[in-house]
Amino acid sequence: MATVDDPRIIEFDVRTDEMLVNMGPQHPSTHGVLRLVLRTDGEVVSEVVPHIGYLHRCAEKIGENLTPRQWIPYTDRMDYLAGMNMNLGWALTVEKLMNLQVPEKGRHLRVIIAEMNRIASHLVGMGAYGLDLGTFSPFLYAFREREKILDLFEEACGARLTYSYLTVGGATADLPRGWLQKCEGFLDQFLPVIDECHALLTTNSIFVKRAAGIGYLSPAMAIDYGCTGPVLRGSGVDQDLRRDGEACYTSMYDGYAFEIIVEKNGHYPQDHKYPAIPPEAVLGDCWHRFYVRMLEVRQSIDLVRQAIDRYSTATGSYGEPVKLTEKLPKGEAYLETEAPRGQMGFYIVSDGSSIPWRARARSSCFCNLSVAHELCRGALIADIPAIVGSLDIVMGEIDR
Amino acid sequence: MSGPNLIERLKRGHGRYISGQNLEAIDPWIEVTPEGLPEVCRYLRDEPELRFDFLSCISGVDYFEKDPKKAEKTGWKPHMEVVYHLWSTVHRRSLVVKVLLPRWKDDEPGQLPEVPTVSDIWSTANWHEREVYDLSGVRFTGHPGLRRILCPEDWVGHPLRRDYEMPLEYHGIRGR
Repeated sequence: MATVDDPRIIEFDVRTDEMLVNMGPQHPSTHGVLRLVLRTDGEVVSEVVPHIGYLHRCAEKIGENLTPRQWIPYTDRMDYLAGMNMNLGWALTVEKLMNLQVPEKGRHLRVIIAEMNRIASHLVGMGAYGLDLGTFSPFLYAFREREKILDLFEEACGARLTYSYLTVGGATADLPRGWLQKCEGFLDQFLPVIDECHALLTTNSIFVKRAAGIGYLSPAMAIDYGCTGPVLRGSGVDQDLRRDGEACYTSMYDGYAFEIIVEKNGHYPQDHKYPAIPPEAVLGDCWHRFYVRMLEVRQSIDLVRQAIDRYSTATGSYGEPVKLTEKLPKGEAYLETEAPRGQMGFYIVSDGSSIPWRARARSSCFCNLSVAHELCRGALIADIPAIVGSLDIVMGEIDR
Repeated sequence: MSGPNLIERLKRGHGRYISGQNLEAIDPWIEVTPEGLPEVCRYLRDEPELRFDFLSCISGVDYFEKDPKKAEKTGWKPHMEVVYHLWSTVHRRSLVVKVLLPRWKDDEPGQLPEVPTVSDIWSTANWHEREVYDLSGVRFTGHPGLRRILCPEDWVGHPLRRDYEMPLEYHGIRGR
């Protein structure tokens, strides 16, 4: 990793004046409207100050004026690349407060939908990371596949980006007839594409040179800064709320077989047919964060397959939504779920009416971005997009 | 360690700082006085049997009802709550810590209530406290750089306060 102390990078006579450089808010590689103020000395960055809030839409204030089901569309617009997972997080939080259980069929439907959205979200994360590092074609491969998932979602709920499909009590509608076959068809043709993506990026020597050994995040620092999701697991911390979370969330995955994607003793689970870890990569660097996402795509495919089997044999209701103005019990509940970008938490305080007293969203990207200044210290300017991109942030979720 | 045990141990060491508890709630919580917060938090993080090393979230909740008729029925006096959601990555358990504050320091409107920062205990708190300061209007004493994070720096007021009035105009943009 190139740092200030690296004699190959700094020649002795180029120590120059410090300069403040603005990256963003309209920089192509900042994933939305993020502004980074870099304090640089030549090519080396000594300090990074992120400025956020350009996409702040007062979601929490709006949540105090709407019933939980009416707020579902606003959760879509937080992490707009994983709207289904946001819907699910809020729906489960309200269900936790109301002590409501979704019927078995609805549970499996939610797993199918949430994991499909995770695939779509990680595809964008992968494609956009390629763009950050200067390669365009993986982005096209990723979007071609994501489009097919969006087509499936459109068929299920009518929307392609902001779904409002999963809601308090279950889902707004059952899956249409023939949807499961189409979904299975998609998974079958998608599987070989992952290998193409691995060939394009994971093992690509230029990509490895740009990502491996850059932006090292230690496990202790990741926990200290509240990093979650692939950022935390990329540092080797074994935590995934689908296994470790609260019972009202993990019960959704009861009986499902899956292994948490985290490095143990130098290798990942499921690594039998996936490219080996390059020798340059250090656990906790950009390459590992990217790799965890790629393996999670594979994991989600397995989960969707299991869920399809269970869903098609389950009987009963898929879960009718509660009344739009359903009264909430007095009390408060906080629940975190494993969204594609990390642990998305929702906090609801109710005074007994149908409108929450307080609706709070704990954003995973917000915490993941807050560690950026530690990762970027001493890095080269050209590595800043590589580091920030590896955190896979979505500004809509950070600014809410 | 289950709820009652935890409370007992906490009370033995830091009893003077524990001002309330509810272990029957959906998410069991303890209430800590503002001046004891850093000490209790440090204990919760470092004690090997607790190890609440992960701060999930800090939220500010404003308990204030504008309508006097409704205010009579609420059952609480106007106050501000800062809620800390903790998680232990070691023991995989959660705990909620609450701090109750007056809505205004010394009951003087405009003077923000104060609570010590925990950003030196969990780095997550740095940005979260800035957000609570920005939106709910709570001053975190000892914070390394307490400035607005989501709203513009010259914004007036704290939007998540229940008596917040939307500005009529901001830099030539009509507000209402």
